[in-house]
Amino acid sequence: MFSATSLNRKNDRNETAVRWLLGGMTGLLVLPVVVILSVLVYKGGPVISFEFLFTTPTKGMTAGGIFPALLGTVLLVICALLASVPFGIAAAIYLSEYAPDNWLTRVINLAIINLAGVPSIVHALFGLGAFVVFFRFGTSILAASLTLAIMTLPVVIVATRESLQSVPHAFREACWNMGATRWQTIRRIILPNAVTGILTGVILEVCRTAGETAPILFTGAAFFLPLLPQSVFDQTMALSLHLFVVSTQVPNMPEGVPYGVALVLIAMVLIMNSLSIALRMYLRGRKKW
Amino acid sequence: MGGTSTRALAIATQKLNLWYGTFQALFDIDLNIGQGIITSMIGPSGCGKSTFLRSVNRINERLGYVRITGSVDVMGEDIYQQGVELVQVRKQVGMVFQRPNPLPISIRDNVLFSHRLHTSDKCSKARLDEIVEDALQQVLLWDVVKDKLQHKATSLSLEQQQKLCIARLLPVKPAVLLMDEPCSALDPKGTEAVEELIWELRGKYSILIVTHNMAQARRASDECVFMLMGKVIEHTDTGDMFVTPRNQETADYIEGRYG
Ligand SMILES: Nc1ncnc2c1ncn2[C@@H]1O[C@H](COP(=O)(O)OP(=O)(O)OP(=O)(O)O)[C@@H](O)[C@H]1O
Ligand SMILES: [Mg+2]
Repeated sequence: MFSATSLNRKNDRNETAVRWLLGGMTGLLVLPVVVILSVLVYKGGPVISFEFLFTTPTKGMTAGGIFPALLGTVLLVICALLASVPFGIAAAIYLSEYAPDNWLTRVINLAIINLAGVPSIVHALFGLGAFVVFFRFGTSILAASLTLAIMTLPVVIVATRESLQSVPHAFREACWNMGATRWQTIRRIILPNAVTGILTGVILEVCRTAGETAPILFTGAAFFLPLLPQSVFDQTMALSLHLFVVSTQVPNMPEGVPYGVALVLIAMVLIMNSLSIALRMYLRGRKKW
Repeated sequence: MGGTSTRALAIATQKLNLWYGTFQALFDIDLNIGQGIITSMIGPSGCGKSTFLRSVNRINERLGYVRITGSVDVMGEDIYQQGVELVQVRKQVGMVFQRPNPLPISIRDNVLFSHRLHTSDKCSKARLDEIVEDALQQVLLWDVVKDKLQHKATSLSLEQQQKLCIARLLPVKPAVLLMDEPCSALDPKGTEAVEELIWELRGKYSILIVTHNMAQARRASDECVFMLMGKVIEHTDTGDMFVTPRNQETADYIEGRYG
């Protein structure tokens, strides 16, 4: 009564085939990541040293370290964050909690989604026109990080808005019915519960920013600068551009250097990613409902 | 249709009409709800019970497309008049929902939430403790939760959550408690416990409770309002309504001939 029929056996075979097919395709996807990482570690690993990380390049960049580029990338990321996070979070709070549901709001939402799809080279040209020329910031850290900020603003807004929306509506109702104003509701209940998602969104944005080349190309990144920037109105080197330069623009470059730079860049991004994941797990552990 | 009593009124509406956009949900509601008693409100789904409740604490207005005419007096004052502060209305008129919705904070903070919204000066910790104990005592929850006031409110059972949702309204001393099917998410035992609690609060607050449970309306209210399609059909002593309904529609509904 309970023995397998031929239909059962056929279904079993299909099941096995599908499982292997899907698993195999997933495996293929992982392969490039593994290859890239191992090549980088194999070829770039030996170049990495304290000196490589913390000294300036010498001999036409074929020797010495990458400190100005490393520092530059960190500075750009931090300045971009300082500019985009307050605006992004404010806009997201407005859109999620205050904006009436009418055509204007829908147009704004649509605009934000589309802004996220604008190619980074277009942002670069906008930054050049707006910050470098019109506002007369010159090619500088300020202009470059503002360009990055504009570029990443949509992501920050969308991520923030989504985490705000994921706080159950019943909590808002409860607060309003007790006489809480919108702001009291946001401040005491919604933000504390949305903070996990907001932070994660913001950190992901940072990762994206660190690797970008186009937006900073015309607005503030320098080919080679022996001196560290003194203020936000100076130009700076950046890891992403430096990688391009050492890979293609400098003759007699030791083979390991580009790999080393790439490794540092990837490590930066990975570290920030893991930080965001760790933070998310820590905060989720404290999640309140 | 003014109910049966001559006692002071907690809620009094005159010619209350309400539209959601072009859809009219309430028609000329003239309803007088007495102070200090429990009034139950029954009627088939969609007849406007929740809508009525939501116009008594003016929460309906959050929807931009709601239009209201007529007046609603709470404790003798028209709440739709110019110069009325919404926050004060919501403080006087507490609302309990169908699904318990404690806030995702500690039990203690839940109880103190509205108190903190409505008082500007800092209270001593001893005073706050007193407020928490008093509110939780009133809802018969103190003995159960007194050792876990710092626990998340969401860790309580549904019945306890619903009691907590009532408790958190009490510290600001509301005049009126509106309850929208407060027991319908609870099991029979929880229902009984919350009903008992509502009966316990009788006299201290004026309570208007929406229910689909005839037995509950009959057991646990002084007066009863029957609504149908946005209109009040009958409002009398609960005993009278269930024994000798004056209206055929009321009789039909009570005997289960409507949905
Ligand atoms: N936000 C809203 N927008 C538009 N129409 C609504 C809204 N809320 C309720 N309505 C409509 O108003 C009428 C009354 O709804 P209401 O929720 O007050 O009924 P109810 O008596 O509470 O029903 P139930 O017993 O199912 O809770 C219904 O026809 C409903 O479709
Ligand atoms: Mg309802």
